[in-house]
Amino acid sequence: MSLIEGRYGPNIVITSLDKVFNWGRGSSVWPMTFGLACCAIEMMATAASRFDLDRYGIFMRPTPRQADCMIVAGTVSVKMAERLRRLYHQMPEPRWVIAMGSCSISGGPYWEGGYHVVKGVDLIIPVDVYVPGCPPRPEALLDAFLTLKEKIAKETMAKKLA
Amino acid sequence: MQELPEYLSVLKSRFGDRIEEIHAQHDDATAVVKRDAIVEVCAWLRDDEKTLFDLFLDLTAVDYIGRKPRFEVVIHLVSIPFRHRLRLKVRLDEDDPVMPTIIPVYPASNWFERECWDLYGIKFDGHPDLRRMFLQETFVGHPLRKDYPIAKRQPLIELRKSEVRRNDESVEPRPA
Ligand code: SF4
Repeated sequence: MSLIEGRYGPNIVITSLDKVFNWGRGSSVWPMTFGLACCAIEMMATAASRFDLDRYGIFMRPTPRQADCMIVAGTVSVKMAERLRRLYHQMPEPRWVIAMGSCSISGGPYWEGGYHVVKGVDLIIPVDVYVPGCPPRPEALLDAFLTLKEKIAKETMAKKLA
Repeated sequence: MQELPEYLSVLKSRFGDRIEEIHAQHDDATAVVKRDAIVEVCAWLRDDEKTLFDLFLDLTAVDYIGRKPRFEVVIHLVSIPFRHRLRLKVRLDEDDPVMPTIIPVYPASNWFERECWDLYGIKFDGHPDLRRMFLQETFVGHPLRKDYPIAKRQPLIELRKSEVRRNDESVEPRPA
């Protein structure tokens, strides 16, 4: 990718390639499961037959090497934050992060008093989509994937105009 | 006040002074035991034919800040053959929060004692491996003590940006 990424202006080849790549990436996001607490139950429910993530081309991967999106579902404790960041860096680029639930957005119920909770996963890694709720319903997580797809569709390999 | 179950009176008559108090409020049989007697009391409760408290359920602590003695270690036992439940309490002073370990009697209490040390800072004399159970080794303080400042943060890794707080540093520790 680095052969062409960021080297040429938005000409017809680049933008056409963008469309193809973004269509491919957005239509088949492979998220890494990062179930940490109660929100993980809703995430599992989203992947199971009733809501069925598979029909969006979304397949949960158990390893960061095969994933391009990380769903942080649950309470990120101080000890886990270290591991979370390491796993994030093990994911190949381009990569996206969905923060699912109040806990991973801001610390949630542990906002003020939690001595062991990181107040938002965005203090550790960059986040693309926030899904509010405690826990969010599976529909909300599906919506996050659709939002992520829109976001991916806007990405480009063209040289950034200053 | 409920009627005292028999095993509680037996315990009291067996150990006398070393049981500070017994009661059965809300049907919860409770005995407050002197610190030095706890291992002996547990061993007796486990082995005596009339009690047979063979299942160790829980060990935790309560911080009654402002009261003397400040801490109370609570142990829950169950007797499977008799279907009895018993709660033992040990009161510990703030200056000397040390209690003998009950691992020789109930090996299952190992991790509970570590948790108790981690979160309340209560030492267990004779524990083979008294390390922190849940928090990182570098953590300073014992967070479930009522005087632990609730706004204190101890991150392990560098954060990308600083945390946004509603009203910075105005969060006071809970009043005693
Ligand atoms: S946001 Fe609510 S449901 Fe989700 S992990 Fe936190 S406490 Fe649990």
